[in-house]
Amino acid sequence: MKTDYDVVVVGGGVAGCAVARRLAQYRINACLVERELDVSLGTSCRNSGVLHSGINYKPGTLRAELAVRGNAMMDDLCRDLKVKIRRIGKLTVALDKDDIPGIERLHAQGQANGVPGLEIIGPARMRRIQPDVQGIAAVWSPTSAIISPYGLTIALAENAKANGVDIRLGWAVASVNVLPQGRGFEVRNDRGDMLSCRVLVNAAGLFAAKICEMAGIRDYRIYPCRGEYYVLDKRLDGSLRALIYPTPNPKNPGLGIHLTPTVDGNILIGPSADYQNSPRWTGNRASAMASLRDEGLKLLSDIRVSDYIRTFAGLRAKRTPPEVGGNADFVIEDRPDVKGFINVLGIESPGLTSSPAIAEMVLGFVKNHLALTPKTDFNGVRPGSALSFGERSPEERADMIAAEPDYGEMICRCEGVSKREVLDALDNPLGARAFVSLKYRSRVSMGRCQGGFCLPRIVRLLREEFGWKWEDFVNHSAASRMFAGYVSTGGKSDDQ
Amino acid sequence: MISERHCGVAVIGGGPAGLAAAVSACEAGCRDVALIERDRLLGGILNQCIHDGFGLHRFGEAMTGPEYAQRDIDRFSELGLEPMTESMVLELSKERELLISRRGEMLRLRADAVVLAMGCRERPRGALSIPGTRPAGIYTAGAAQNLVNLENIMPGKKVCILGSGDIGLIMARRMTLEGAGVEAVFELLPYSSGLPRNIQQCLNDYGIPLYLNTTVTDIIGEDRLEAVQVSQVDEKRRPIPGTERIFECDTLLLSVGLIPENELTRMAGIEMNPATGGAAVDDDFMTSVSGIFSCGNVLHVHDLVDWVSLEAAEAGARAAAYALGESSRGGSIVVRPGAGVRYTTPSRIGGEKDVSIAFRAVFPGRDRCLVVSADGREILREKRVRLHPAVMEHLGVKAADLKGCRVLEVSVQ
Repeated sequence: MKTDYDVVVVGGGVAGCAVARRLAQYRINACLVERELDVSLGTSCRNSGVLHSGINYKPGTLRAELAVRGNAMMDDLCRDLKVKIRRIGKLTVALDKDDIPGIERLHAQGQANGVPGLEIIGPARMRRIQPDVQGIAAVWSPTSAIISPYGLTIALAENAKANGVDIRLGWAVASVNVLPQGRGFEVRNDRGDMLSCRVLVNAAGLFAAKICEMAGIRDYRIYPCRGEYYVLDKRLDGSLRALIYPTPNPKNPGLGIHLTPTVDGNILIGPSADYQNSPRWTGNRASAMASLRDEGLKLLSDIRVSDYIRTFAGLRAKRTPPEVGGNADFVIEDRPDVKGFINVLGIESPGLTSSPAIAEMVLGFVKNHLALTPKTDFNGVRPGSALSFGERSPEERADMIAAEPDYGEMICRCEGVSKREVLDALDNPLGARAFVSLKYRSRVSMGRCQGGFCLPRIVRLLREEFGWKWEDFVNHSAASRMFAGYVSTGGKSDDQ
Repeated sequence: MISERHCGVAVIGGGPAGLAAAVSACEAGCRDVALIERDRLLGGILNQCIHDGFGLHRFGEAMTGPEYAQRDIDRFSELGLEPMTESMVLELSKERELLISRRGEMLRLRADAVVLAMGCRERPRGALSIPGTRPAGIYTAGAAQNLVNLENIMPGKKVCILGSGDIGLIMARRMTLEGAGVEAVFELLPYSSGLPRNIQQCLNDYGIPLYLNTTVTDIIGEDRLEAVQVSQVDEKRRPIPGTERIFECDTLLLSVGLIPENELTRMAGIEMNPATGGAAVDDDFMTSVSGIFSCGNVLHVHDLVDWVSLEAAEAGARAAAYALGESSRGGSIVVRPGAGVRYTTPSRIGGEKDVSIAFRAVFPGRDRCLVVSADGREILREKRVRLHPAVMEHLGVKAADLKGCRVLEVSVQ
């Protein structure tokens, strides 16, 4: 790989990956660097996976404009990238008369933002959309959708890579040297490797203010705000036919705790909202978990203890401190003071929705610095299918198994993942090899037994087929070794 | 194209229950038995249970898990049966149609009778709502047992164990023998969840402390596990503030319960017994769907494999009889747990023959009486010096005592 680029994108979240894929359409040298062992391991894999319609944002803000535009771009993008998306629509519910002004404001705001198809509907239509829904009225936004957030991010990165963008994983930026006379930047990691570029796109999420500081920009501060979730068993799949949100409370840093169906058939309860200092700690706290369980039961009384299969947490990269709350707008700017430094900063919700529109805006800024010629051989279509093997009809699966016997061998019983899919996930274009990379690409161990069954089988498979050693198994980071050695050597690390 | 086949008895799962059911179905006259196993080898979880103690009741000798399994595998082969290994049943219908995925083939198998013998799975961390991070180093005890005994891999060096289920206790000893330091076992309840003999042989003999009324209340470490925080719990099992204690460790094994693996059962619309997490069956082990039988850990979680095999042999014989055209009587007498009893199985019985009722006590106790009553009339009373929830109990009820009875209740006094 080269080290001299026209553009370096810092951050492999959905915004950075969307920018990388947009740049891949032009004849330039571009590189994306990501501190973790895979793209999408930060905020982009730890959220509700909702494409917002754009009703929740103040007219005239970037959040309003880019959410509406990004949402409209998603069908084509997901079709090309083979990413699952379901336009299930959203009801923002007024529980009683006190909530009515709130939903009326929301409806008017959505119309001002140009959100298509908005309506205020009464209980009869609400119940046709979701039979057991409470409340007296609701804003119906038909363009709200659900999507796999890491599915989209990974697809964007893989397609960018297929079209010539270098993706460097495990590459944490340690310093940015701004070259004199606007000649660009030298970017170094903690190992001392150096990349140079004319344009630097800072899409570093929770670390974006730090990257700014490295380039001498001290205007911003990011306040990580943790959102915790429960993942519920697929037993409850089908209980939610649309997204159901409470009428927003302007003081809440998020949109309130709600239930969200996922494209894979689970339901999420969340997110909570708690500010913290660490930009990386994504644990769960007993208090937040208890309130999620309480809220979840209020919204879906059928939840049993055995339905909680996992918890997770994500960090919102907020610009508003705890004492202020609420939201600030995205910062997407071509810095006048540092030539070639483009910020994509403070991308909290609706960052996922906005990502393709953010990429387009960034592309406009890149054009301020570089002459961009479209590639004639850009191929925006990813091979394969958005459907997993297990989601196909038995007849289709039979034909696939006949052609490729490895499809017939099941590795993960809960999610029905075949050996072929695990091998394909491992053979990913980014060369990501962490256990979570296999999970997010194939869904192994994401089901109700959480890997109790398939983990030993995956270990056996990777050792037999690829000669992996105990130290090759890491969960999500280089330091997250899954094992400690071999039994036959008394736990010492020598291979025997 | 989906291949199509037919068989007399289809047994789902090639562990101890499935093996015993298949052998017994064949011995009962069904020559057309399909034993479907998702792994490469028959034997199920026994293959990773290399400790001994299996077979004391059934064979009168102590064997390792693989040795015990081999007895049934040998008998299975002697009968000229061939297993269908590396084959996963994806779907099961009321009409006893199985959709099976295997290397190179998708198969629709129509069976005259089906025996459910899928066993159970371990409860994962998510079900416990343990706060903290999600680093590497947290495994269910059974997954760790597989890694150590079958994959030659040490999950970690310094181990804490949450839950005193039998697999956790066995793994406490196993990890110690392989050179790991096992710091402690924590149990939420005021008594252990594992067999008393395992507490002695796996913990006490190795000086591993068991902390009762204690649970993990925080997980520390962002990459690999670094420590767990534990707290004592009150009588309502809520952590008591101020009792927090940190145990440094790189591994946390979970042995916090087993869940019968009944996804296929539910798919076939079979009535469940909420107390066991398994199907509601009659005294022929037949479920609410005619011709579908259930036995072993998928029916209710057992303590000893010997009971699994004996139960499954009976279920296999009844399935063969059904496949050979013998009609089932069904059961009209409801069997239910009374005071001090967590569950009973079967859920309903016919009353025409003697029946063995399996159950577990809610609390441990000494010098208790087990009482069976028919419509409120006591028909059986047996003394037990010791009762423990970890130990499965059986009571034999005579058909003569069941005449005209509608409800049978088992209680502890």
